[in-house]
Amino acid sequence: MTEAPYYPMQRESRCPFAPAPEVRAMPPVARVRIWDDSTPWFITRHADQRALLNDPRLSIDEKLDGYPHMTAGRAAAAPHIPSLITNTDPPEHTRLRRTVNGPFMVKRVEALRPRILEVIGSLVDEMLAGPNPADLVQAIGLPVPTLVITQILGVPYADHKFFQESSSKAISHETAPEEAAAAGQALGAYLSDLLVAKMADPADDVLSEMGQRVKAGEMSHAEAVTMGSAILIAGHETSASMISLGTLALLTNPDQLALLRENSDDPKFVSAAVEEILRYLTIVHTGVRRIAVEDIELHGETIRAGDGVIFDLSGANWDPAEFPEPDRLDLTRAARSHHAFGYGVHQCLGQSLARVELQVVYSTLYRRIPTLALAVPADQVEFAMEGVAYGLKSLPVTW
Amino acid sequence: MRVELDEPKCVAAGQCVMVAPDLFDQRDDDGVAVVLNSSPAPDQEDEAREAAAVCPAAAIRLVQA
Repeated sequence: MTEAPYYPMQRESRCPFAPAPEVRAMPPVARVRIWDDSTPWFITRHADQRALLNDPRLSIDEKLDGYPHMTAGRAAAAPHIPSLITNTDPPEHTRLRRTVNGPFMVKRVEALRPRILEVIGSLVDEMLAGPNPADLVQAIGLPVPTLVITQILGVPYADHKFFQESSSKAISHETAPEEAAAAGQALGAYLSDLLVAKMADPADDVLSEMGQRVKAGEMSHAEAVTMGSAILIAGHETSASMISLGTLALLTNPDQLALLRENSDDPKFVSAAVEEILRYLTIVHTGVRRIAVEDIELHGETIRAGDGVIFDLSGANWDPAEFPEPDRLDLTRAARSHHAFGYGVHQCLGQSLARVELQVVYSTLYRRIPTLALAVPADQVEFAMEGVAYGLKSLPVTW
Repeated sequence: MRVELDEPKCVAAGQCVMVAPDLFDQRDDDGVAVVLNSSPAPDQEDEAREAAAVCPAAAIRLVQA
């Protein structure tokens, strides 16, 4: 066996949307080397991921010895993290997930669609009234998810400015780490106070709902704050990246952009387009991680109990056996079987919200600004590759 | 075709509701899927197949009548 390559791998700056070249060149069951010098298994094919990510012989219990942690920090923290949907297997996972599904149900996020439409409408108005060129990351990408989340959590209008500034600071790639941490702490403290206020004076929002659960003894105050922060963090950078990167991908594929603009009124077309853009970009690029709890035979190799396993989602989403000509952005493709939200019982909790958000943004933005164009050559757009999900530092656009 | 839901497996990802809103809904208190129509009409069978295919927990089974 040749030496295991280091993971995560770097995408090529020449074609930044494609998985790192090594991902596509690896055999279906391979080994990679990670930060602690361990060599977990590496699974890149769509069919194998689909089979294994629902296989009870693999566990997400990050406290087990041999779990392939993302970073040294995560490894150090793992023993101290309480049971959450992100570190438990069924049936415990099923029980926990059912306590948090409510706000992310399809009918609940569909009910937000008109409000999301208003949000994007006024942000577009503001951008068009401001200086040209503008940075689409700051003007649209970051504020859309923030404003949607303020709506879901029930953040009062008077606090929007604080909330938006702190959120942007906490997640922007342009913020120094200490400043980002301070902003994150300020948000946690803010959410804790807001939860108390919502318990005294409930409204129709998620924090009020969690406040009632706290009162009923179904969850602790700390759990509710953690969940509120998780909604904020998990739904923020990812949606922001999808808006900005999706816009760049469409601007560099003008035929597809034209097609989307012409079909903006067709919900079926827009919905399929969102799935294809999710597949094509696969922004989460540090792998989904598990540990084997029993031996597993796969393509002539034996994954032993106690071995770590990493699934690279971009590998599955650019697997030509599932998606022919995967390097072509084709908005008419049947792409819904992609793994951009992962696969298996841990598939993204907020996926329906993300879908509605992206459907509204992609069907509004390019129709409202038909002359939208890059203000710099495409190869000068600066990517932010270092996070769990990749994104853009800025996207200079003109119209 | 008959649609069966293995309820204990359901993680309420909601994909079935998105692709086949006439066949599936979600329970208000915990988001768990509910089968609205377990005998899809011929023109709904493709939707049923897609719902089963995209369910991340493999909780939807289609039984050919």
